[in-house]
Amino acid sequence: MMFAQGSFYVLAAVAVVSALLVITRRNPVHSAIYLIVTLLSVALLYLQLQAEFIAAVQIILYIGGIMVLFLFVIMLVKLDVALRQPPFNQQWWVAGAAALVLAVELVGVIYLGRGTAALPQAPPGSLQPNTELIGRTLYQNYMLPFEIASLLLLVAMVGAVLMARRKAS
Amino acid sequence: MTLLLETLKPYLLPLIRVLVVFLGISLIVAYLVYAERKILAHLQVRLGPMRVGPHGLLQPIADGLKLLLKEDIMPAGADKGVFLLAPVISVIAAFTAFSLIPFAPNFYITDVNVGLLFLIGISSLGILGIILGGWASNSHYPLLGALRSTAQLVSYEVALGFALVSALLLAGTLSMVAIVEAQQRQGVWFVFLQPVAFFILFVAAIAETNRNPFDLPEAESELVAGFHTEYSGFRFSLYFLAEYAAMILVSSIAVTLFLGGWLRPFARVRALDFLDFTPVAVLVLAAAWCFRECFRYPATREWRWQRLLLLGLGVGALGISAGLLLPARFLPGGGEGLPAFPALTAIQGVFWFMSKVFLFLFGFIWFRGTFPRYRFDQLMSLGWHFMIPVAIANVIFCSLAIVLSRQMGWGLPATLWLGTAATLLVAALLRREKA
Amino acid sequence: MSQGFLSSYAPILLHLVLAAALAAGLILVSWLVGERKANPSKHTPYECGMPPVGDAREPFAVKFYLVAMLFILFDVEAIFFIPWAVIYRDLKMAGFLEMFLYIVILLAGYVYLWKKGALDWSP
Repeated sequence: MMFAQGSFYVLAAVAVVSALLVITRRNPVHSAIYLIVTLLSVALLYLQLQAEFIAAVQIILYIGGIMVLFLFVIMLVKLDVALRQPPFNQQWWVAGAAALVLAVELVGVIYLGRGTAALPQAPPGSLQPNTELIGRTLYQNYMLPFEIASLLLLVAMVGAVLMARRKAS
Repeated sequence: MTLLLETLKPYLLPLIRVLVVFLGISLIVAYLVYAERKILAHLQVRLGPMRVGPHGLLQPIADGLKLLLKEDIMPAGADKGVFLLAPVISVIAAFTAFSLIPFAPNFYITDVNVGLLFLIGISSLGILGIILGGWASNSHYPLLGALRSTAQLVSYEVALGFALVSALLLAGTLSMVAIVEAQQRQGVWFVFLQPVAFFILFVAAIAETNRNPFDLPEAESELVAGFHTEYSGFRFSLYFLAEYAAMILVSSIAVTLFLGGWLRPFARVRALDFLDFTPVAVLVLAAAWCFRECFRYPATREWRWQRLLLLGLGVGALGISAGLLLPARFLPGGGEGLPAFPALTAIQGVFWFMSKVFLFLFGFIWFRGTFPRYRFDQLMSLGWHFMIPVAIANVIFCSLAIVLSRQMGWGLPATLWLGTAATLLVAALLRREKA
Repeated sequence: MSQGFLSSYAPILLHLVLAAALAAGLILVSWLVGERKANPSKHTPYECGMPPVGDAREPFAVKFYLVAMLFILFDVEAIFFIPWAVIYRDLKMAGFLEMFLYIVILLAGYVYLWKKGALDWSP
């Protein structure tokens, strides 16, 4: 148990610290690299929760796919211009205040709600075999949302083409 | 001391396995480069490397030393940290993925329930190494090379993914070991049930490793050396290492999914059990070649070391084959419960797995010696207009075939071949559309 | 259970550390034993012997973004197929019809992309 808790705190700390580095670095490529570190540690957290399918998908889609797109977009940015710009604009304190309020609220809810409901212990091995369980849930119980997801992807395809059109012209 | 050993015991075996796989892959990569030079040379009626050691056998070592001693140049204006990091990412991605490859039923590092997905995920990190390296160099050619490379990799990864789905329909699991066991149970390698998926996987594998005829990212005549133009010395060779390790990796994936992994050809036919002795035959042939060459070299003083090396190699090969043929009853304890030739049985899996991988690698090199390079728009068009639709059609028709064979009680292979025929029809229509 | 589950992933981590150590070690060795003679023109970016022209990190064709975005979409699609393929034998006809509908919707998008020339790279 000790090992599990220790590795959770290490991974969580890595995720939070690199997330902070993402927003404070001036060089966008460095930010992207720290974002990759954040996503990787989140993937490992999923793995620790025995959600191995989600962990693998997190690596394939977020790091192998979305981060590649991010790096492509960053390459469009003129680096010397980006480096001269301040990393934060005038609105930073609004966002900061909102984040603070949210954090206070979250801590308050956890503090006030302690003891009202016992968190059930997950039975060991309840998520195994992971892929099969996800498949059964998705393709037997949640058929309609799955079909709707395909419509979402269709919309995204059309949107991608339209956006590329506008940029090109 | 014994207590320490007792606590370390569960970790010791995995550690040894990791080290063996790691060193093995490094060695194979080194000699793959040598093999490539030799095979290309012979395809062009040349001799290839002949100077360092007999028939150039020590060439990889000389190359490695040379690269170590080269100056490590970093272009002005490069992003130092990223420039350093990028080749390391590529090497990590290519090498780590081997921990999920089942080389034999008794020899694999680990097997997890979502093995195949993890494998794809880890190896897809290699793209980051390429794109970051190209960007960090702050030079035109590497940036263009990295862009092309990435566009090519992501395009063919989609087709690759759908080809994998076709195999998964038959295997019904993501664990690499269980995929091979499924082929054992069904008594047929999946390549004979899913030829189209295998073909797509093969082409995508060539594109994923940036090999001819899809080696546009490194097209010398257009982009000098692509994304690693500015890399020199050992940093360049890290990319090189990663590229060749990736070649072995994609071959291993193809072998595991479609060519029965560690299974011997006709594993169920008892009459062909003599094939189990193939490793011995290969070693004896290699020894015979060494001895013949040893006597063909001039018997003068300056060739002495070369002849000694050949002699040593020949004797070593004979020694190993003798060890493989050591009968169980000569072992201490009379070899109770062991197969007749324990050593030979132990290496069967690895031998057949690696033989199939080498067959694949030979194909890679052969293509390089044969096919002209694609143009970039042809490459993208082939990927998006042909490979992806054919891969999707294959998934549809093969899943339909599986359902039909279930409902109607038709034989699975025949129904799947019908599905394959339908896929080929779609492919032919797509070609017509293009022309 | 949780311990046993994670321990099957530990060798992957070990392998990763070893690969990183190999790469870093080789760079270190080559840095230690390699030649070093600084020379300003040696460190200019390579441009066939000419002094480099302009900034290398320039904007490029929008096609590349489109391909990256389409890749993500098709990859998500392919990921949905994987659990489906794994349990396909238990889903029977319903599983096929369900996925067939999904594919048809996506193929509509694919045909749209084709007709709009989004997949066309010829100059």
